[in-house]
Amino acid sequence: MLEIRNLTASVGGNQVLNGINLSIQAGTVHAIMGPNGSGKSTLSNVLAGHPQYIVDGGEVLFDGVDLLAMPPEERARAGIFLCFQHPVEVPGVRMDHFMRAGYNAIHKSHDEEELDPIQFDRILKDKAKIVEIDPLLLKRNVNEGFSGGEKKRNEILQMAMLEPKLSILDEPDSGLDVDSLRIVAEGINQLRSPDKAVLLITHYQRILNYVVPDVVNVLINGRIVRSGGKELAAEIEANGYEGQGEALQPSA
Amino acid sequence: MTTPDSLAQSEYKYGFVTDIEEETAPRGLTEDTIRWISAKKNEPEFMLEWRLRAFKHFMTLVENHQEPKWANVHYPPIDFENGVYYAAPKTNPASLEDVDAEILSTYEKLGIPLEEQKRLAGVAVDAVFDSVSVATTFKETLGKQGIIFGSFADAVQEHPDLVKKYLGSVVPYTDNFYAALNAAVFSDGSFCYIPKGVRCPLELSTYFRINAAESGQFERTLLIADEGSYVSYLEGCSAPMRDTNQLHAAVVELVAMENAEIKYSTIQNWYPGDENGVGGIFNFVTKRAKAAGNNSKISWTQVETGSAITWKYPSVLLQGDNSIGEFYSVALTRGYQQADTGTKMTHIGANSRSKIISKGISAGHGSNTYRGLVKIMPKAANARNFTQCDSLLIGDQCGAHTVPYVEVQNSSAHLEHEAFTSKVSEEQLFYCRQRGMSSEDANSLIINGFCKEVFQQLPFEFAVEATRLLEVSLEGSVG
Repeated sequence: MLEIRNLTASVGGNQVLNGINLSIQAGTVHAIMGPNGSGKSTLSNVLAGHPQYIVDGGEVLFDGVDLLAMPPEERARAGIFLCFQHPVEVPGVRMDHFMRAGYNAIHKSHDEEELDPIQFDRILKDKAKIVEIDPLLLKRNVNEGFSGGEKKRNEILQMAMLEPKLSILDEPDSGLDVDSLRIVAEGINQLRSPDKAVLLITHYQRILNYVVPDVVNVLINGRIVRSGGKELAAEIEANGYEGQGEALQPSA
Repeated sequence: MTTPDSLAQSEYKYGFVTDIEEETAPRGLTEDTIRWISAKKNEPEFMLEWRLRAFKHFMTLVENHQEPKWANVHYPPIDFENGVYYAAPKTNPASLEDVDAEILSTYEKLGIPLEEQKRLAGVAVDAVFDSVSVATTFKETLGKQGIIFGSFADAVQEHPDLVKKYLGSVVPYTDNFYAALNAAVFSDGSFCYIPKGVRCPLELSTYFRINAAESGQFERTLLIADEGSYVSYLEGCSAPMRDTNQLHAAVVELVAMENAEIKYSTIQNWYPGDENGVGGIFNFVTKRAKAAGNNSKISWTQVETGSAITWKYPSVLLQGDNSIGEFYSVALTRGYQQADTGTKMTHIGANSRSKIISKGISAGHGSNTYRGLVKIMPKAANARNFTQCDSLLIGDQCGAHTVPYVEVQNSSAHLEHEAFTSKVSEEQLFYCRQRGMSSEDANSLIINGFCKEVFQQLPFEFAVEATRLLEVSLEGSVG
């Protein structure tokens, strides 16, 4: 589904990604683990098309199509969803209106039916149960006054509404207490399916106890230095990131 | 994706000209001009005398160069003595059925159908074309409840006592330069009286259209809500595209008696000029309301998207105890538009409360100034004011300014002021676009969110209209 080949990228004039190679198949969950500053968020922002992140080289194919040539909204319409690490506030715009605008924009681009507020509300209420969100929260302005846990759960709710092919989750576990972590993880698990893929970016192994990955990739200094099964996460949890960088130096 | 630098002026949809024969006053401004206008309208003596006093006062102001200069707007000097102060379609319809077909079709194109079968449900319209009111709908329906709604000229003929009692009672001709000019030459406008205890069943609305090439428009609106009554009133405006500037100097006076409430909304879309700042309307308007009775309430809502220059401060004199004054404003400037707008809340009565919510949006080379005064008089015990002035900047060539004045003469007053300036942030745009919205839709969503508190005050149909107008106005100017 997603092919990343020798991707290099920079932000604010600093090169952060130094040649990423990664292949993600439908039906799989890939974890990317790495310490602070290793390029985790840069990778997710580059894939979603954030204008401040500059691609310097390499290519990314999504279902065989050149992803990097598309503006962010076209990537979203093609089925790429980014669960934001820091969801943005939009004053004066109701959460449910915001979500419907995105939903309809994507459906319209596929010549599919757009939903009126009543139809949309019905589906939204249903999906809100998955992440245990009070529907009243969705009448408030986009992310304004939401707690950290509410923001993250709300991102998962948006993912559930849009049913993307590839979900890129940028530290969906950061700042969550145990209960919220469980809810977020269960939400992600419910959305796993054979035709969808997940790229789960995290600093800690904790969430991977709930969302069991097919592949764990270790990202250090803008390169994937190791890949392995779920047991790799446990190893990192035990030994830390130190030494991971050198482990693969010869083959890098 | 367009950048702010490639700012394209979106097309002004209302810029067409109606081809119709009009009668105009002789060019110039002399005592004869005033007499000519008054005679044309067949006015009683008191009107002519009032106009002449206003004219004399205005000429003194002109001689002493007392045209207001304090606003943050720039324009070449206006030659007041060389203007055309009256223009009206030659045919004078006796009833709606006799209105010239060209004029009917003009209003239809503007989305204001006047013919019986096509009228907007729930809205009575007074249509003002250049210097005269050409039609008023639902007059009989309203008449059954004793509501008087129609042209100012008719009111002068049919209800001279009411006119005499209230004309100039809130905005005297001595008030300011443009108020003096208006009092001297005003030709028509709307008049409305809501009797005691009547809740007006329809939205009342006036649509002002400037058509003639050279004349200014000087209308006057007077609205009186008697004890315990309620009325919601809306005005809309547009004008053809022309490369000369035209002057619009209107006066609006509102009076609310005890327990009465007036809600006054404006959607101002005069021609703003072209992308180089050529042409457009100079909108120099005086609007003031008197919350005269105890527990009376005045609420101004304005959405200002048009005009080359806007100079306008809808204000409230909070005379009654427990009276309430509100001002909700969205002002958009783009291209080379300039706006200096705000309000004055003068607290006279005890426990009077006022609220000011001002949202300025600047794009292109637009300049946007909020100017406001909150004045607490000695007897206004426990007066309260809340002011919030927010500015949104689009691009880096535009400007936003906030000039709030406060004068407090009673120590029990309680005032709050909030202000902030923001840009549509890249993060907000990216968040919306990541969810599938186009860049333009994302911008309009964010800008509408910014204006929400004001749009919520508009009657539903007009809130939709305002949202759409903002979208059209900003097309191509955001990136």
